Amino acid sequence: MTEPGGQVPSGPAERREPATGLTILGIETSCDETAAAVVTGGHDVLSSVVSSQVDIHARYGGVVPEIASRAHVELLTPVVAQAMVEAGVSDTEIGAVAATVGPGLVGSLLVGVSAAKAMALVWGVPFVGVNHLEAHIYAAFLEDPALEPPMVVLLVSGGHTMLVAFHGHGRYEVLGSTVDDAAGEAFDKVARYLGLGYPGGPAIDRVSMQGDPEAIAFPRPLRGEGFDFSFSGLKTSVVNHVRKHPDVRTEDVAASFQAAVVDVLVEKARRAAASIGATALCLGGGVAANSLLRERLLDACVVDGLHAFLPSRAMCTDNAAMVAAAAWYRLRADGPTGLDAGADPNLRLPSLVGR
Amino acid sequence: MAGGHLMLVLGISTATAQVGCAIAGHEGIIASFQSSKGRRHAETLAPAIEFLSVQARVPLREISAVAIDVGPGLFTGLRVGISTAKALASTLRVPMIGVTSLDLLAFPVRWSDRRIVSVVDARRGEVFFSFYRQVPGGVQRLSEHRVGTPAELCSEIQAVGGEVLAVGDGAIRYRDDLAELTRVEVGDGSLAYPSPGSLVELAHAQALREEFVQPWELEPVYLRKADAEINWQVRERPDQGAGGLGGPG
Ligand SMILES: [Zn+2]
Repeated sequence: MTEPGGQVPSGPAERREPATGLTILGIETSCDETAAAVVTGGHDVLSSVVSSQVDIHARYGGVVPEIASRAHVELLTPVVAQAMVEAGVSDTEIGAVAATVGPGLVGSLLVGVSAAKAMALVWGVPFVGVNHLEAHIYAAFLEDPALEPPMVVLLVSGGHTMLVAFHGHGRYEVLGSTVDDAAGEAFDKVARYLGLGYPGGPAIDRVSMQGDPEAIAFPRPLRGEGFDFSFSGLKTSVVNHVRKHPDVRTEDVAASFQAAVVDVLVEKARRAAASIGATALCLGGGVAANSLLRERLLDACVVDGLHAFLPSRAMCTDNAAMVAAAAWYRLRADGPTGLDAGADPNLRLPSLVGR
Repeated sequence: MAGGHLMLVLGISTATAQVGCAIAGHEGIIASFQSSKGRRHAETLAPAIEFLSVQARVPLREISAVAIDVGPGLFTGLRVGISTAKALASTLRVPMIGVTSLDLLAFPVRWSDRRIVSVVDARRGEVFFSFYRQVPGGVQRLSEHRVGTPAELCSEIQAVGGEVLAVGDGAIRYRDDLAELTRVEVGDGSLAYPSPGSLVELAHAQALREEFVQPWELEPVYLRKADAEINWQVRERPDQGAGGLGGPG
């Protein structure tokens, strides 16, 4: 284990390399999960605790920012304590404290960022601000350290839908992203419209099992064109179809909608992988738990000769282990983040290739 | 230095436009920091605590209790302070002391023989307020903390009768409304925000009496419910309209 402050907090680049076995406490509060985790060396997960607020927000049919922020304040202290106990590490073994600084809900982000900075101050160790999207990419390495670049990551959740080319640690390129709704957002809105409850992803997944995915030919927005996505028109098509055909089976609508979304996601991911000569295709984000998406992506990878990485459900959804893992690489590359850092709700995943 | 007889209290107040922190010991306030313009709370607070600790030569490890302004006030700033204070206290394994922003505002004018009303600007045309009177060694709160419009505040003040001293950024903002009342004086800018010095002074006395809460027990005082009114389209059930934004992941 690493001594506290065992790495150099700042200075010339060659002195920034943290000890490879550095143990990092990670904190994630960007949306509706309050999470803390302890990870050693960027891959060895000693603990990962996630307290979901999904039940709190279910009655509103979506995440209510002020309610989420209040819940984070209440939950974070016990969640961090549990992560430390489960990891079986003492305070002096923590070599850095990391927190998601964006993108996400600003009030929620600030709860985690503030706590992480305070802990780093007390322990005299670096604070590391982590990009949530980068953390989702690093979730793949936690479960499959054998993954080798170049690879393509399809990141699909309630907040984001994007295709990222991963050429090496810290070297990635955003190939495309949604121009309107995120895929998970479309699932939530359609599920809500169909009266299937919240969260929409699992609800549509479940109901679709009893439906015919070919019953309704919903459009495949932007299929075959570039790497950007658009799902808001598809949601409108669903609403229009149901209005015109009030007797349509909900199961068929759900299954046909899901098939359209998955079709577009898989088609673009395959083309993206081919375009950069990727050897692997990784899924990430909450929608990665969708069973049709997993099945279709796995089939496509077999056909295309790609290594498929399908994360476990726990690693798809927001967690802090991925934050601590990403922080390990960030600390090695850039050194610590200043204590005067804030949160950035619109933080983007920078394209870092060829710079 | 870290002897058990030394009671050092670190205090944080971020429930208003001001970011404040201070350290106090038996001798009173040792160091304090206040900034009400410039960078936002989250950017300022941690460096300010670090600066205070270094300049006052009080290593954070020697702090024996963390005091916090629990509001009411502006939600985001309030949470930055509370989240920081809880993390400091739980990491240092020391207890906490919560004091409300309105109580803090009244404390520096405790020698006034007038009635005191503390008023915090709640934005959206409302204020948080409470009434106090002088008692030996401090002030005594006469009412529950309330949220209301400036007009409601004015009628409350009139009901009190007698001379009233109004302090806080809410009193300053609605100075013109208050000026229409007779026998009301509005405190100046030096009394606009809860003083971190007052916080550690009050908390130090409480700490000696061991009036603590634990980090997991400490709760903010919001006084306002969270908004959750965003409507979504629903098939055949247009009446169930409450919705939110975003989603998991
Ligand atoms: Zn996410």
